[in-house]
Parts: sequence; structure tokens; C-alpha cells
Amino acid sequence: MAKIRGSIVVNVERCKGCEVCMVSCPTGTIAMAKEVNGKGYNYAFPANPELCTGCANCAMVCPDGVITVYKTKI
Amino acid sequence: MVEFSGIKEIIKPENLVYKKTNIMTENILSYCPGCGHGTTHRILAEIIDEEGLQSEAIGVSPVGCSVFLYYYLDIDWQEAAHGRAPAVATAIKRLQPEKFVFTYQGDGDLAAIGTAETIHACNRGENILIIFINNGIYGMTGGQMAPTTLPGMKSSTSPYGRDVKTMGYPLKMTEIVASLPGSYYVTRQSVHTPANVKKTKKAIRKAVKYQKLNKGTCLIEIVSNCPSGWKMTPVQSNKWMEENMFPYYPLGDLKTPEE
Amino acid sequence: MEKELRLMKGNEAVAEAAIRAGVDGYFGYPITPQTEIIEYLMEANPAGTTGMIVLQAESEVAAINMVYGGAGCGKKVMTSSSSPGISLKQEGISYIAGAELPCLIVNVVRGGPGLGTIQPAQSDYFQSTKGGGHGDYHLIVLAPASVQEMADFVELSFELAFKYRNPVMMLSDGAIGQMMEKVYLKPHKARVKTAPEWATTGKPTTRERNIITSLDLDSNRQELFNIKLLAKYDEIREKEVRFEEFQCEDAEYLLVAYGTSARVCQKSVQLAREQGIKAGLLRPITLFPFPTKRINELAGKVKGMLSVEMSAGQMVEDVLLSVNGKVPVYHFGRMGGIVTTPEEVVESLKSKFIGG
Repeated sequence: MAKIRGSIVVNVERCKGCEVCMVSCPTGTIAMAKEVNGKGYNYAFPANPELCTGCANCAMVCPDGVITVYKTKI
Repeated sequence: MVEFSGIKEIIKPENLVYKKTNIMTENILSYCPGCGHGTTHRILAEIIDEEGLQSEAIGVSPVGCSVFLYYYLDIDWQEAAHGRAPAVATAIKRLQPEKFVFTYQGDGDLAAIGTAETIHACNRGENILIIFINNGIYGMTGGQMAPTTLPGMKSSTSPYGRDVKTMGYPLKMTEIVASLPGSYYVTRQSVHTPANVKKTKKAIRKAVKYQKLNKGTCLIEIVSNCPSGWKMTPVQSNKWMEENMFPYYPLGDLKTPEE
Repeated sequence: MEKELRLMKGNEAVAEAAIRAGVDGYFGYPITPQTEIIEYLMEANPAGTTGMIVLQAESEVAAINMVYGGAGCGKKVMTSSSSPGISLKQEGISYIAGAELPCLIVNVVRGGPGLGTIQPAQSDYFQSTKGGGHGDYHLIVLAPASVQEMADFVELSFELAFKYRNPVMMLSDGAIGQMMEKVYLKPHKARVKTAPEWATTGKPTTRERNIITSLDLDSNRQELFNIKLLAKYDEIREKEVRFEEFQCEDAEYLLVAYGTSARVCQKSVQLAREQGIKAGLLRPITLFPFPTKRINELAGKVKGMLSVEMSAGQMVEDVLLSVNGKVPVYHFGRMGGIVTTPEEVVESLKSKFIGG
């Protein structure tokens, strides 16, 4: 059976670290970085990229349009 | 551009499922982290993109946090005086009836200083869309009481909580608008979860359709958060909104046309 | 086509002239003594002929913001009101000036302050010429003195408004608005279908988005904008001063009066001359820009000036500034809705300058 795999790209400098994407992610893919971006925010990043299904929930709730989402069947 | 990406092999144009629309400009939003304004802007921009409305959309931005909305959506804009957006939009639509005209207003703008303009534009059935962001507080001026502030809710001008005996009750403007014969489609939504984002998007798409059919005023209230004004983290504020705002401002359609 | 001759009220003349000038939209609210303007337009129903939109708003505040919206689309739009209503419009007028939008605001002035009276007055001079709303701005202010001018100044107002991207006020009064005179009406002009390049008409791919706003939080940019406005006002002062002189050639005493008072003062000049007093009259047609230069020139030729206004003395301040101390300047005026008589003006002139 084909498995759906996803991948996200986070525009680090636009991210404000609000964590809304993290709590919306059903697979626990996203975590907040320990490092900060240029504005001093702990930005979101795919901490567990292998868990991503490309559902785009994170992108849908992101107030700053930070996340781009890709999806494929493997 | 600094990016952090997941599995590289999947990142190919043919696998793209979600990307910020180009109707959103590259300007960094001036909102606080986690603010529902940004999400609502993005949804609106996506609709404008998907429905091919860029060349016909004229937005009217309010006074309040979203005063600089015109920095963020790549369409023609007019910036209205506080509360007057429905009057401004009335003339834009009357004089250019073939355009898609909408206002974007906060609770102070729409439900306090602009009460008359809102009610009368809706009562005339002006063929415009009003997007009403209700977060129960004046965000831009730093967290003062709004007409929609909940009973007992603290703000900088109700520091002991809103006392309805002296400060009056939260105003349900959307219910008032729904009761007017001129309004056509009135609904209350939110943008804090993926499911709610989808519903809001669907609502805006409907309003676009109704405006093309000259049906009358559509008003979409978005019950939203104000993490800074409420003094909470964004995630906490969304939870607080569900527990406190939604019981007073229940989500769902208030007026739906018979189709 | 021949010009058409009609007997009309000043208010009706404004309305008819607006239809004929190809105005796109009128947004108003009833208030005495100017309500005939919206009544006339509603009855004429130009939506069916020229396509002009006429809308009765919920308030003067809403009406002026509709003007903002329509003007932002590059359309020829106007509103009208009388003094208390114009006070309500000041917020919108300031935003219109700040966003550099062209439009026409007609003020058929009544006495104040407050609700005052419904009778004619000229007590809104300060409000009209010095700003009125908040911030550093000027309106172009035209002062008609006849029903004919109330009609003619509609087209002139829009010419100036679009030339300078600046709101224009036609400062009339309850007497001219209500009186009936013969008026030659111009033939119909078609509405302009094209919009200026700055107008919000929907963003095509061929241009950047157009934004109508009066906001800039960057102090340096805001100051540059203020300086740009000042340069525009200077250009208007340079090019757009309009006035009329009546028996000024040999005048020893100059009356300065606009609108209804100027009509009265024409008679006063005649009465004064019958009594051997060489009086003349300068009638400013534009109150902003004010005929400062010409009044200063005349100050070198006359013994004194009398500013005649139906107010407590407002324009007299501009006359004083223009004269700059060369000769004595006084004010004479009636208030409360009373129109000055020609005899009163002559008596005032005599008591102030000649004695007795």
C-alpha cells in the first residue's frame, strides 16, 4: 500500500514562534527551535520530518504564511 | 531567505500542496505572534487569488490593528476613518458596481464608533462584504474595553472586570445585522483550527458569489484572539477563546439564504 | 446647444448644475436651509439619465465618508449641508484633504454656534478657510454671490478639485440658497468614464496597487507629505485667486465683502457715493486662496477698509493681514441670521472713518 509522505518548508525569518502550527500538527512533526531567528523568536521547524503526512494543517492556521507544504505517495 | 525544510526529496513543484499566495505581499505582518488577523488576511488573500478577483477587488481597511491591511494584500485599498468603512464601501460599490468590494473591521471599529454606518449599510442591503474581527478588546491602543468585551473580562479600561451595571453588556452586532432585511448572508466563524479555517474560507467564498449575484450585504464575523491584549500565549488564548468567547458568541450561520 | 434660462432657487441650481456637469455621485443628509438640493436630485432621478448616483445617508458623517469612497475611485462626487452638518463632516473632510481626494462640499451657511438658527449667516468663514478639521490643510473655498454662481461654481469646483487633487468647498449661505433668480444653465456634459491613474478601480497586472490613505507613521515621510501639501497650497495661492472689483478705481474707502454681503455692499457703495463718500467694493470669489495681494495694493490707495460679513468678524482677520497695517481696517456685521442692510453699512462706514 502506498504511503503518504509530506514535507514542510518554514520561512524562518517570517515566523513569530506562536506555536499554533505545532499544536495543530496531528503527527508531532513540528517543534519550536531552541535557536531564535533575526527577530528573536523561537521559530517552528520540522523536528520529526519523517512523521509529516503533508496534511497542511500547520500552514492553514499559520497567521504569517510561513509554511509551504509538499506531499507525495511513496 | 532562511528556510528550514523537512525531507528534501519530497520538496518538488509537482508535490506542492500549500504555498502562501502571491496576493499576500512579502511585507512582514505587524501583528503579534499568533494573532487571528494574519490567518484571516491569508484566507481572504487565498480567496481573491483562487477566484481571480485581484483586478476587481477593492478593500476598505479600518482603524485598529488592521489599519495597515493595505501593506499585506496586493489589491487596491482605501483606508477609512474609524468606523466609517461601510459608508466608504457603500460609495465604492455604488459607483463601481462591477467590482468586488469588502470592508475589514475590528469590534471597536464596527460595533462601537461605526455602529450607525454598519447598521445602515446592512439595512440598505449594500452589496458589499463586511469582515468583522471580534476579539473583545481594543488591540492597537493597548487592550482597552471593547463593545464586545465579555462580562467580568479585564481590560485596561475595565481593570476590575467589565461590570455590566456600569459598563453595559457585550454587543452582539452580528445578531443585530442578521435581523435586518437588507442583510443576505450572516455567519460567525473562527480561524484558530484547520477545520475552522476551512469553514471560514467556505463562508468568504459564498459571500463572493452572493456579491456577484447582487444579493445584498454579507457579514462574516470572525471570533478571534488577542494574545497580547488578553495577556496569554497564543495557544492559551485560543483555548480561552473556545471556553469563554464561543459560549457568548456561538459559531455558525445566523442568516443563510434559501438556495 | 443654447444655454437654457430658468427661474430657480440657489439650492436647486446647484443640484441641476451637478447633473449637467456630469457629476457621478451625490451623498447627502437633510438639513435646513439646503435640503432642496437632495430633494431636487431625488426628484430629477438622474440615475436613469446620466447615471448619477444620489443617496440619502444616515448622517452627515456617513455622507462625507461616502464622498471619500467615491472620490477615491476617481469619480466626481459631492455632498452638501449647512453649518451644523458641516461640523459633523469635518472629520471626513480632514481625511479627504489628507488623502488628497477631489470633491465638492457645498455649505449653505446658517447662523450658529450650536443649532443656532436656520437663517442665513457667514459665520463659517474660519471653519472653511482655516482648516475646520484637524491637521495642516486647506480647502479651496469658492463664495458664490448669486444663483447663477451657485450653478456655475459646480463645474469650476470640480475643475479645481481634480487639477489639484484637493477638496473644494462652495461657501454659500441661506439667503443665496433660498432666493430665486434667473439662471442660465449649461448644456449637459457626459460623465467621464475614465479614472485617474491613482484611483482604486481594481488592480490590473500592469500597475502597482493603488492605496487611498492619509496615514503614515514615519515622521520623516509624513513631514515630507506636509511640505508637499504646502507647496500645493502655495501654487493655488499663486494661480487661483479670484475676485471682483466694483468702483475701486477712485475709491477712498474700500468695502470687502463676499456672498450675500457683497450684494448688499454694491448698494452701499452707490448710497455712499450719493452722499459724497467715494466707496468701492472688493468681492473675494475665492476665500482660499484669499486676494491678499490685491487688497494690499488697494491699501496703498484708500484711507481705510471695512470688512462686511454676516458674522462677528472673521474675514476681517484676513483683510487685516493683507493690509498689514497700512490703513485702518474695521468690521461691520449682523449676526443671528440677520442680513445687513445697505444703509447700515454706510452708517458704519461713516461712523468708523468719517465721524458722526
